[in-house]
Amino acid sequence: MEGTATATGFEPRITAFVCNWCTYTGADLAGTSRLQMAANTRIVRLPCTGRIDPAFVIKAFERGADGVIVSGCHPADCHYTAGNYHARRRFAVLRELLSFMGVDERRVTFSWVSASEGAKWRDVVNGAVERVRECGPFESYRALAGGV
Amino acid sequence: MARIGVFVCHCGENIGRTVDCHAVAEALGQVPGVAHAVDYKYMCSDPGQQLIKAAIAEKQLTGVVVAACSPHMHEKTFRRAASSAGLNPFTCEMANVREHCSWIHEDRASATAKAIDLSRMMVEKVKRNVPLSTIRIPVTRRALVIGGGIAGIQAALDIADGGAEVVLVEKAPSIGGHMSQLSETFPTLDCSQCILTPRMVEVYQHPRIRLMSWSEVESVEGYIGNFKVTIRKKARGVDEDKCNGCGACTRACPNKRIPSEFDCGLGKRPAIYVPFPQAVPNLPVVDRARCTLLIARSKGKKDACMKCVEACQRGAIDFEQKDRFVTEEVGAIVVATGYQLYEIGRDQGGRKDLHGYGEYGYGTIPDVIDGMQFERLASASGPTAGRILRPSDGREPRTIVFLQCVGSRDPAKGIEYCSKICCMYVAKHAMLYRHKENGGRAVVFYMDIRAAGKGYDEFTRRAIEEEGAEYVRGRVSRMYRDGDVIKVVGFDTLGGEPFGVDADMVVLATAMRPQPGIESLAQKLSVSYDRHGFINEAHPKLRPVETNTAGVFVAGACQAPRDIPDSVSMASATASKVLGLFSNEMLEREPTVARVDAAICAGCFHCERVCPYGAVTHMEVKDRQGNVLKVVADVNPGVCQGCGTCVATCPSKSVELQGFTDEQVWAQIQAFLG
Repeated sequence: MEGTATATGFEPRITAFVCNWCTYTGADLAGTSRLQMAANTRIVRLPCTGRIDPAFVIKAFERGADGVIVSGCHPADCHYTAGNYHARRRFAVLRELLSFMGVDERRVTFSWVSASEGAKWRDVVNGAVERVRECGPFESYRALAGGV
Repeated sequence: MARIGVFVCHCGENIGRTVDCHAVAEALGQVPGVAHAVDYKYMCSDPGQQLIKAAIAEKQLTGVVVAACSPHMHEKTFRRAASSAGLNPFTCEMANVREHCSWIHEDRASATAKAIDLSRMMVEKVKRNVPLSTIRIPVTRRALVIGGGIAGIQAALDIADGGAEVVLVEKAPSIGGHMSQLSETFPTLDCSQCILTPRMVEVYQHPRIRLMSWSEVESVEGYIGNFKVTIRKKARGVDEDKCNGCGACTRACPNKRIPSEFDCGLGKRPAIYVPFPQAVPNLPVVDRARCTLLIARSKGKKDACMKCVEACQRGAIDFEQKDRFVTEEVGAIVVATGYQLYEIGRDQGGRKDLHGYGEYGYGTIPDVIDGMQFERLASASGPTAGRILRPSDGREPRTIVFLQCVGSRDPAKGIEYCSKICCMYVAKHAMLYRHKENGGRAVVFYMDIRAAGKGYDEFTRRAIEEEGAEYVRGRVSRMYRDGDVIKVVGFDTLGGEPFGVDADMVVLATAMRPQPGIESLAQKLSVSYDRHGFINEAHPKLRPVETNTAGVFVAGACQAPRDIPDSVSMASATASKVLGLFSNEMLEREPTVARVDAAICAGCFHCERVCPYGAVTHMEVKDRQGNVLKVVADVNPGVCQGCGTCVATCPSKSVELQGFTDEQVWAQIQAFLG
């Protein structure tokens, strides 16, 4: 990434997997409200957090992401009634797995951001970028993933 | 080989100010598979769209990426443009470089870099897009309306008048709902039954409405345009075809001391009864728990009483009747199940977070009643024939205290919302009482007066300024019986001093809550509800009567506290939505649905367990001789809403979500990270 150089010279690369109805729309609202935030994330839009396969998160790290955000509708607000509940269970397990693997928890951010929470989305993004910046580049995983 | 066209929009200055759009187009032109990349001032304008259409034809593009605003804004626009140029619309995607980039970043270099990434990610996705065709599904032009209150009645009549058939299901013995219990209505003080009962009769006589009272929805299958609903017709104990509603049985029944539900326990009814004289349909129902004969039979004793059977000249009484199940096919469903009142100091139907108001003595002091009971007292058809009398001794009360916001706007008691109608009906009650009881004193304790509505504020002002109701701003802390009177102790927050009244009667304006059992009905319909049990609308402003399940609509107080005009407006809105739906020969749906690869599917059916819509069915895979080789999952594209939960769950990756396949997501991840 050709981001501006900071004191450390490290600009984290963060992949965000978000649902179409709440968080993507919330991020749209952050845009229409002109809320400034870190430019380190790239959003992958999916219909629902229920669609987000834990393998996506692993894949992102494998490909060189320094951090990942997964965000969807608040519990009880899922556009598809229950997809986010399935996601919640899935990511509770994934979090354990990642921590077992030795992945710093600060690299993975799970959150609920509704369509009306543009400011919360900004805070989620900035928070994630800040935490990942503290962690530094995720080179250990990249080395582990090798030539994949 | 893919030939993708990339079209970068400046959106005037909106994108161009922060993102170097020309640089983005140039960078994208270098991406393998991109045959054409340009930037333009306004892509969504007519010349902008023409630019895209011309390029599709000239460069023989196989896919289009428009780097512009949010797909929620213009995806339809550009897909339509692509489609009109002969491209499959689902090979056109948008990269969101405005809301998600230019508007939220100031640094031009990093914003441009991000815009390039976002566009490249979309290019890689579009390379893997396949042409999809919209799903076409047939429509059954028949509607189900659940709930026969004023909202359900209005919806049923409007839909039926529009030419479609309606099945109206009501769980009580008669339609009419709470409105039939009211005396007069605010702000016009016209008689509730006088305006309601003609509509009830209209429902009964309408050639296109099939009324099923004393019935409940048992199960719902299917999807928009094609629902299959099973309805339980509860045993009435009376043969509907034979009964002519003469009422001989109800007069003959010796057990006439049962508290009437319709009169909120203030009046009595027999064990075989018609809930109220204007009931529609005018058919009695046997109270199976209280009928002497049925009680005796359940204990194995001999028949103790046959009075109603003897009185019925048409032999319509049928104690052997069982619940029957009827299946109806409908294309749309309107939920209009209405409300119940917060029970003060009693069980809240399993809600442990609602505590009641023991300090207000409801249920222990007989002259403390709720608003609906007051309606029955004030109603000409009520137990006192319209005279306001104390339930304890039948005396005329000289002072009545009305308490607003009992249960509502009280987070400590479990409900923080405003019940909306109470300010108005309390003003009405105070007025009705003052009209009926010459010189009587009406004291109203209130928090705020919320009278937003046509003629509403004028109405409350009239109660205070012309009709002599005394309004005291403050809460009541305690009420207790002292001899013949109820001591009401409160605080006047405007006067800044304690305020006490000796009341003969107290009326509590209790909160509106959704009907009991709404959660289970919502689950049958796959619609969501909030933590209070109110049905969630699809969008609070722009889709107020739709739910998140296509083809299911919502009207009246089951969605939020509503008064009659609101409920009727919502009901008419649902009718227009339903009729709009029915005006289609076939329905078209986006093809973002899950598809199973039967060759890989191992038939574990994890997908079936996680599907929120029950869209997964079992399909037998057979050989040429017709022997079943295996049973695999199959997705009904009409039911599937495209959430993709099954896809992430499938252990063998044999189910894919069209438009959001694993391959497409991985391509996006890779395009960003390399």
